[in-house]
Amino acid sequence: MNMRGLIPLAGFAVLVGFFAFSLTRDPSILPSELIDKPFPEFDLTNLAETETLDASLLAGKVSLVNVFGSWCVACTVEHPQLMALKDTSDLQLVGIDWRDTRDGANRWLVRHGNPYDVVVFDAHSKLIVPLGVTGAPETFIIDRAGHIRYKHVGIITPEIWDDKLAPLVESLQAAPS
Amino acid sequence: MIRTVFITLFWVILTATPSFAQTTPEEYRAREIGAQLRCVVCQNQSIEESDAKLAEDMRLAVREQVAAGASNDAVIAYMRDNYGDYVLLKPPVQTNTYVLWFLPAGLVFFGLLWFGLWPRRKIQVVEENAPLTPQDQALLDDLMRDDT
Repeated sequence: MNMRGLIPLAGFAVLVGFFAFSLTRDPSILPSELIDKPFPEFDLTNLAETETLDASLLAGKVSLVNVFGSWCVACTVEHPQLMALKDTSDLQLVGIDWRDTRDGANRWLVRHGNPYDVVVFDAHSKLIVPLGVTGAPETFIIDRAGHIRYKHVGIITPEIWDDKLAPLVESLQAAPS
Repeated sequence: MIRTVFITLFWVILTATPSFAQTTPEEYRAREIGAQLRCVVCQNQSIEESDAKLAEDMRLAVREQVAAGASNDAVIAYMRDNYGDYVLLKPPVQTNTYVLWFLPAGLVFFGLLWFGLWPRRKIQVVEENAPLTPQDQALLDDLMRDDT
């Protein structure tokens, strides 16, 4: 039997395999372009509108920056995980309150608890677009130099914290500043 | 008379309306840029076409930059820095997109080579018909004869 006729079929099979593999990947999770780049500059107020904040907020400390909003249902699922981190004294928890009202956010934080050391109020996506955020919740880990080291899209589950974020935070904290 | 007035009015309205729809050069440029940027939470819509909130935010960011005097390329590069290659509706030609750009042409080329130009062993079966026997020939002649 002449096997040469099967070569195009084999090529087709390779193509099908490639497409099948691509289907297993979630296209909504964009690889962050911002890894190892400095956190974008911003000029916004805190939630209580008592002070203005900029990127110097992140200098000198390892920080976890979490994008949330009182409208965000998935954020309530994630919230207990952040509350559990509240007492980790070395890690600065920064919230970015996105596309929200100050009232709405305050009520939400009273009801669910406030794990954040500081909340940046970003009603008009001034910081969201430079951060390349596509939806809430999204979480960034920032090193002491103010560089973005990790981006997580979606809810921080206990598994993701234990397997990915916690080891990274520990290694960043252990690194000499 | 009333007809003339009506037609004149109609004509005035018809020609006058477009003047309201004029866009400033900045807006024109912003739309041009926006048409090349993907709304990252939608399925294949540009940020100009999409009603998604995030697309709105991105449109505003584009307009801000245009107003600040950034060139089209600079604005697109800025968005690409933030959101990655995915934000570009037309994928750039670079190492990880060579397959995307050149595979179709390559396949056509390969196909032509394979099915067209490849020297093929032509199997030529020439059937030799057995000559008719005199009886068959007589029968055939009989059938073919014009009966009229």
